[in-house]
Amino acid sequence: MSTQDGQQEVRLIGLKPFYGPVQAVMPVDAVIQPRSITAIIGPSGCGKSTVLRCINRMHETIAGARVEGKVLLGEQDIYAPGVEPQAVRRRIGMVFQQPNPLKMLSIFDNVAVGLRLEGRRRAEIAERVEMSVRAAALWDEVRDKLNHSGLALSGGQQQRLCIARAIALQPDVLLLDEPCSALDPIATFKIEELLSELKQQFTIVIVTHNMQQAARIADRTMVFMVDRSQARPMGMLVEEGTTTQIFTAPRDPRTEEYTSGRVG
Amino acid sequence: MAQAERLSTWQVVQQRMRHGDVIFWLLTLFFALIVIALVVAVGYVTWAGSAQARTTFGIGFLFQDGWDPVNGKFGALPAIYGTLVSSAIALLLAGPLGTLIGVFLSELCPARLRQPLSFLVELLAAIPSVIYGMWGVFVFVPFFRSAIAKPIANSIGKSVPLLAGPVAAGRGVMVAGIILAIMILPTIAAITRDVLSVVPNHQREAMLAVGATRWEMIRLAVLPYARAGIIGGLMLGLGRALGETMAALMVIGSFKDSIKPSLFSPGITAAALIASELPNANDDLHASTLILIALVLFGITLLLNGLARLLVWQAARGPTGSVRA
Amino acid sequence: MITQAPNYNRRKWVDRFMRGLTIAATGLALIPLFLILGYVVFRGASALNLDFFTKAYEPPVVGAAGTVGNAGGILHGIVGSLLIVGVAMLIALPIGLLAAVFLAEYPANSVATFVRFCTDVLSAAPSIIVGVVAYVLIVQRTRQFSGLAGSVALAVLMVPVITRTTEEILKLVPHGMREAAMALGAPKWRLTLTVVIPAALSGIVTGALLAFARATGETAPLLLTVLGNNNVSFNLLAPMAALPLLTYKYTDTPFPAQNTLAWGTALILTLLVLSVNILVRWATRNRLK
Repeated sequence: MSTQDGQQEVRLIGLKPFYGPVQAVMPVDAVIQPRSITAIIGPSGCGKSTVLRCINRMHETIAGARVEGKVLLGEQDIYAPGVEPQAVRRRIGMVFQQPNPLKMLSIFDNVAVGLRLEGRRRAEIAERVEMSVRAAALWDEVRDKLNHSGLALSGGQQQRLCIARAIALQPDVLLLDEPCSALDPIATFKIEELLSELKQQFTIVIVTHNMQQAARIADRTMVFMVDRSQARPMGMLVEEGTTTQIFTAPRDPRTEEYTSGRVG
Repeated sequence: MAQAERLSTWQVVQQRMRHGDVIFWLLTLFFALIVIALVVAVGYVTWAGSAQARTTFGIGFLFQDGWDPVNGKFGALPAIYGTLVSSAIALLLAGPLGTLIGVFLSELCPARLRQPLSFLVELLAAIPSVIYGMWGVFVFVPFFRSAIAKPIANSIGKSVPLLAGPVAAGRGVMVAGIILAIMILPTIAAITRDVLSVVPNHQREAMLAVGATRWEMIRLAVLPYARAGIIGGLMLGLGRALGETMAALMVIGSFKDSIKPSLFSPGITAAALIASELPNANDDLHASTLILIALVLFGITLLLNGLARLLVWQAARGPTGSVRA
Repeated sequence: MITQAPNYNRRKWVDRFMRGLTIAATGLALIPLFLILGYVVFRGASALNLDFFTKAYEPPVVGAAGTVGNAGGILHGIVGSLLIVGVAMLIALPIGLLAAVFLAEYPANSVATFVRFCTDVLSAAPSIIVGVVAYVLIVQRTRQFSGLAGSVALAVLMVPVITRTTEEILKLVPHGMREAAMALGAPKWRLTLTVVIPAALSGIVTGALLAFARATGETAPLLLTVLGNNNVSFNLLAPMAALPLLTYKYTDTPFPAQNTLAWGTALILTLLVLSVNILVRWATRNRLK
């Protein structure tokens, strides 16, 4: 399964998320490389999830929340006037912390939901559903119960179902917000394996509070911390680089504090 | 909310034995039992009071046409028909409208408008039924008669018997249905709003993340999730419409003898029949028959309400198990 | 490249349309509210004068030219309603209150579950049914319509309202208060009366007010029990007048002066209901729903 040609990088330029009048994170400037896994790590409250949700314009679904700055997918600013968030989410998919299969839909319908909205033909939908479920390493487990409810699956299977749902639209970027925090170690391992395979086709950004997970699967890592020197505590991007470099030779002392477990 | 620790049995007995505690417990228990007694009384009285009619007619009288007690005719079919049709009209109008209002209040309304608008909608439910009836007689029925009933009766009504004339004073089954719709609208809207607001947010996010529009999110994730609760709300609304007395009595035209084909013609509902005739009942059989109709009405609204509360209670419980509304 | 799906225009149109529809539906619901309140206020205001509040029924005066003079006032209705609802409160308040105390303070037993179920049944019962029961039990037996029969019917309607709201508010009183009193050695009856109920008092009062407002507007049960009276009467054992009954009676008469009285009565009732609802809303604004 391949995405569009010319995988594009994601560029965050002066990204500032707000909750009402309160700025939550210091301006973020970063580049996310295509066809790789970028991990976002940091202590709780540092804005990791907030920044992630800015990338597919989910942050603004919260009442009163808004975003300043730019997020470029390739050459295009997803926050440019005239760009609808709904279009952005076709190209940038998301998997959430708690597996959230749509309760009233079957497994097949869950994966197909995005495609059906777009009005694709039945044959194409069936084909793409199978492709996505296979790519999510779930096909063998659900091939006989595609019309069963998604809730009958285990937590790890549900999460893979959500991944299948997200990749069915063949997005450019796949965002995952602490996808394994509600899962047991074996399910976690399966998903980490899956992501390592999927990165050949998608640009993956994963928020995780588990440093070992970042060390295991991420090519690059962004480290966020809480900056308490301002009037209100705000998150900030402290360091960004290859995972190896972040964990073995961090440039910023705060990074070292976090990765060595002294802080956060 | 902190729960008190369960006291051990000895402590419970010890506590109860304290001077005055037993009396207190017995006192409150007594009054709680009165509540039960009230329900039993309602059931017993309607059952016993309708005995004469039940043995004389059996349940078949419900399906007999023609109510003319003076001449010994006790067919309740016109009343049943009037009740069902006016309530059906009310539900057909208030159901979709109330659901849309519930969607608006729960999903689309700006946060600071939610309370005031909900309050205004619920205010409709607080207006006494007799005022609806009076306003209907003085304001709505004349308007309906000249602006809606007559034009329709003179055009489509010529070929569709359901909408045919003559439109006399304007009172009839349809206008009663419309006023009932206004009365049950707040019930449906409030319940819909409540059951929608406990749909977990992660369902909404799942839809939005695959590129759905707001309405698609509501239609495909939120509404189906709350379906049971919404149906419960519709049933509660229907139950209210079935039992509504004064507004129906004042605008339906009190025609009890038979069923007229047109919705613009006068008719009667069960509740209105009872209210208009019981105080002046001719004889025991007359009164007993009216009480029998009351019994049937009570049974149906009980069933409807019981089922509805089950559905709403389940839906309102939400995934965390906490009860709302 | 960020592009829209091919069918997006239609979906956008549907989204806008449906969202607009929900707004329109809400607006549509408010139209009858303002129409009813508006008519009641404007037509009812013209009925308000000294005679309105101080006179009872007077036959309409038909003048020489066929014009109809005024038709008295509604004093008998005011007095009647106050008496009937007042007595109903006296009956319903102890029952509702103490039953609620039972439900809140001794919650986990099967009697309590059954009592709650009965409260639900009572609150769902159409008011006409309660009227029928009062008619059979009292009016038929005593062969007499009476204000007392009306009070009993209204009390039955009020009990579930009072029980429900009181139980809710009693449950909101923090357990810590009870435990502190128990630790000081207070027996349960004492701590309930002196600690729990005073803490819940405002909620109990709002529940009682709601029940009062609802009962004052009820007509159907009164039709079957109280019948009506043209004079001011304090005799609860005989037919009495009541405000909603007057509204009903004066709606269907051909005399405009009496129709005006109907609007006036409706205005009184509406003001009562509105003010109670606003008061209750304001008083419970901080309570989490």
